[in-house]
Amino acid sequence: MNNDEIRAALESWLEDNWSPQLSLMEWRNILVDGGWAAPHWPQAWFGKGFDAEQAQVVRTVFRERNIVPAASIGPRGLASETILAHGTDGQKTRYLRPILTGEHAWCQLFSEPGSGSDLAGASTKAELKDGRWIVNGQKVWNTSAHHADFGILLARTDFDLPKHQGLSYFLIDMHQPGVEVRPLKQMNGHASFNEVFMSDAVVSADDLLGGEGNGWAVAATTLSYERQGFRRSRSVAFDIEQPGRIYQEYAKELEIANEPYTWYPQREGRVDLILARARETGAISDPAVRQEIAKLLSMQQAHALAAASAEAKRKSGSNEIVPAGSIGKLAASVIARQAAHVHTMISGADAMTAGPDSATDGVIAEVLVSVPAISIAGGTDEIQRNIIAERVLGMPKEIRSDTGPFRDIKRNA
Amino acid sequence: MQLEFTNDQVQFREMVARFLESTSPTTEVRRLIATEAGYDPAGWSRLCGELGVAGIHIPEAYGGSGFGPVELGIAAEQMGRYLYCGPFFASSVMAGYALLSLAEENHKAAFLPEIASGESIACLALDDLNSPEGVGATMAANAAGKIQGTASMVLDAHNANRVFAIARGPEGLGLYTLKLPDAGIEIIPRQTLDQTRKLCSVSFDHAPAERLGEVNNSGLTRMWEHIVVALAHEMVGGAQRLFDSTVEYTKLRYQFGRPIGSFQALKHRCADLLMELEFAKAVTYDAAVCLAGDKDVPYAPAMAKAMASDLYIEMARAAVQLRGGIGFTWEDDTHLWFKRAKSSEVFMGSPHLHRERMMKTLEEVA
Repeated sequence: MNNDEIRAALESWLEDNWSPQLSLMEWRNILVDGGWAAPHWPQAWFGKGFDAEQAQVVRTVFRERNIVPAASIGPRGLASETILAHGTDGQKTRYLRPILTGEHAWCQLFSEPGSGSDLAGASTKAELKDGRWIVNGQKVWNTSAHHADFGILLARTDFDLPKHQGLSYFLIDMHQPGVEVRPLKQMNGHASFNEVFMSDAVVSADDLLGGEGNGWAVAATTLSYERQGFRRSRSVAFDIEQPGRIYQEYAKELEIANEPYTWYPQREGRVDLILARARETGAISDPAVRQEIAKLLSMQQAHALAAASAEAKRKSGSNEIVPAGSIGKLAASVIARQAAHVHTMISGADAMTAGPDSATDGVIAEVLVSVPAISIAGGTDEIQRNIIAERVLGMPKEIRSDTGPFRDIKRNA
Repeated sequence: MQLEFTNDQVQFREMVARFLESTSPTTEVRRLIATEAGYDPAGWSRLCGELGVAGIHIPEAYGGSGFGPVELGIAAEQMGRYLYCGPFFASSVMAGYALLSLAEENHKAAFLPEIASGESIACLALDDLNSPEGVGATMAANAAGKIQGTASMVLDAHNANRVFAIARGPEGLGLYTLKLPDAGIEIIPRQTLDQTRKLCSVSFDHAPAERLGEVNNSGLTRMWEHIVVALAHEMVGGAQRLFDSTVEYTKLRYQFGRPIGSFQALKHRCADLLMELEFAKAVTYDAAVCLAGDKDVPYAPAMAKAMASDLYIEMARAAVQLRGGIGFTWEDDTHLWFKRAKSSEVFMGSPHLHRERMMKTLEEVA
């Protein structure tokens, strides 16, 4: 189907099926049955086998017409894409539909206190006993775990194999006595993440995903979707202020899904506020401030141009190596840091205050204490630099000291 | 807006690169900087004849190829990469854009063709190389067109057979020209920090010149912007060359039993440099697109010059540093680019001046 045919088919289907008076669950089930919930998935599994461009047409129509889409943002999307790629028919049957309808919320259980940048160093232990996996260990940075029904879990099933080979990937029920979720408060006062403690938590043998010892390869699928989503806006550009029962229910779902991300614009430095703040405070006439503002806006413009050019090259199928991903992430950090620096220059002593009666209703203060997150989350700047150096520039790999049995690798207790 | 080079543009870039690869190796650059002229006339003729670079940006009506700032930038980038020593920048870029931006129609028709073909080598005498606002402050012309004053740094004046100059006449600032040599003009070569870029002091003592057009702010700004965007291309070309050779060096040089490129201290430096290089290239290419009229970002040229300047000298510092001691020797080629980077940083406006220009433009737009 070409793009026009897709649009026509979808619009005609919406004509027959869409109504804002449906409940969220009623609508999502119709959407899944119609194949429009995940059109880029295969026909055998709720989809239409569309490519990325065709799927984009569907998203555009949904957005234009304020149609409520499937529940796929955040950890739900990571879980469903990974299950689709690696799951058995039984797993796909059990889990995919309730993800798309929004009935089940998911969380990601990968990072640990002892394995941050070194994700493959996870030491949460899963042992097979009497036909069930018994899990013990601690996870951290688990977005929305306190709302989650299930988790995608990376755990070690063999401590004698080299570290990448001893991992397995599980689908774990969060509603059980062995799983405890605690909020994790950040330096900016928000608690967008959780810690998850597992003490003899149980996973049924059916919920091992992709086979024992294959956890690293399965996790790579999840991580690649996570990286793709890095640039995508978290909240849907969507007019939620509409009459109709479904919008009220959808607004509630979105509020929960977006709750961890309210401060994300601040961690990027709020470059959009710089010129207005400089004018408002008079700092715009300070030559030193002007120099720093110009540097900031230049970097931001360059970043946008470089990203657009990389995207154009990617689309045209150019063979040129386009190091857009890691460079883009590194650039976001540099820009955010420079923005915080300029905001500080502009505010002067006022930057000592926070809260509603401080600059821009407290937003500037939140910028100053949120920016440190951007060069850590989703892979630290240092890791990005390693990736750029080794994969883009072909510089020699680091000499490793983590080979051999995982048991013998030095790590924190 | 142009995000990618067309196939024709890519081919043109490769042609220029191939030509310079064979005619401008660093052995030749080193030979030329020791000569008085500083360039190879036969090589320049071939560059003009075979590739038409001298008139790439000049309209066909004036004997050029009719392309614009994007194609000129492509050529300039390769010249920066190979440290081409020749009159391209003085004659085609500086004098060429002075005529295109400031001269009246009949004078364009009279003088551009010989620049476009490369037959004539022209130079542009500006008494201020820091900012357009200072141009013409010390150069005066009387009603008869006789010029008095000194431009203390004129690129390639020693090779030129025609000089263009901006001076203040009775009717205001104007573009003037006269043929060289001339009894009223004294040209004294100066010692330069960057030996690949020869500068002369040019003193006018009642030199009889022809007035070619009025110089107003917008025309002068247009000229300045076209020159700095060409310069920015030259700079990112040089920076790319330094970057490539430096990364290569870190893979080949062994210390402590391993290639130094396996140390994170060097990897991280290189990763940061790649980001800055990609950024400077992006804004530089975009500035040419803006000048070509395909997009309107009025501060793009100033932004490009500032970023390319900062990037180039940063890259040059790193290129010396990452090579260690050998990088500081005369024998190693790195210093040739280092000096070009330093010279380019301050030529036609230091980065901080361009950032201030950028802010002024932003405020005017807002």
